[in-house]
Amino acid sequence: MKLIINGKNEFFEKDSLTIGELLELKKVKMPEMVTVELNGTILEREKFKNTYVKDNDTIELIYYMGGGSQKI
Amino acid sequence: MKLTNEQIERYSRQIILKEVGGKGQEKLLNSKILVIGAGGLGSPALLYLASAGVGTIGIVDGDKVDITNLQRQVIHFTEDVNKEKIYSAKEKIEKINPDVKVITYNTRVNASNIREIIREFDFIIDGTDNFPAKFLINDACFFEKKPFSHGGILRFQGQTLTYLPENACYRCIFDTPPPKGLVPTCSEAGIIGVMAGLLGVIQASEAIKYILSTGQLLTNKLLFIDLLNLEFRTINFKRNKNCPLCGENPTIRDLIDYEAAVCDIKN
Repeated sequence: MKLIINGKNEFFEKDSLTIGELLELKKVKMPEMVTVELNGTILEREKFKNTYVKDNDTIELIYYMGGGSQKI
Repeated sequence: MKLTNEQIERYSRQIILKEVGGKGQEKLLNSKILVIGAGGLGSPALLYLASAGVGTIGIVDGDKVDITNLQRQVIHFTEDVNKEKIYSAKEKIEKINPDVKVITYNTRVNASNIREIIREFDFIIDGTDNFPAKFLINDACFFEKKPFSHGGILRFQGQTLTYLPENACYRCIFDTPPPKGLVPTCSEAGIIGVMAGLLGVIQASEAIKYILSTGQLLTNKLLFIDLLNLEFRTINFKRNKNCPLCGENPTIRDLIDYEAAVCDIKN
């Protein structure tokens, strides 16, 4: 299936994946540091495990960003 | 307020813009903008707000200038090391533009002082470097119905959004500060100076546009910048009905002092 992740088309062998599985495939080391927007709606963190993505879904992975200096 | 001849000359290059004009310049001179944090984001924001003739600029910072700041905090000079950041910044602003009145707050924002501080200002710029302060600023601006610009930076990347009352807030995207143990340690973090500069200037631009009531503000949008690959992306988002602050069933009714992650935690 094709997913549009952060504006780029990406292709996956499976036809369906949970958000949690997708984050693993994307090698997101700290899922707690990312917010997921699925087709324009922010997804609650507790729904990562049981929300499935399908062909042509649009996903934004948005990371927390602090100050980049000492006390981030 | 009537512009003096000197002011007409000083601001001539922006007064000739149809979006500014003499009226807009008077609005800027009558406006009050608060910059929280006179650091990487705050420095460029302050320099441009001062040059543009924002009449009253507030600066909140409780830190002193450190030599490690100078790589990106461009309002502070080598001779300012160990000086309070608010005084270092105030001196530069007054040299750039005597039209500007500078109000300094030699403190960090916290749940007991922030509402009173922001109440005096028209627009707030978040130039802080930590998540507890970022959430505090968002929440305080929501409760006080104040517009603000969020800025976050990391390495070669940055993100910014503009909040106006009734629009999506920072918590609509990021519901709560990240777990302390997961925040990257000092050695993993780092920041390229130009990223802070670019983002701080965008924040100043949003403040100026807000005062002038012109153009499109970055509301209900998050601008993401990656300088390493020179990518700019705008992500649209909506007010989140599950937002713990501005959603349908809010759980946050008052300001929260989250504990800051400290630099020397080893993880």
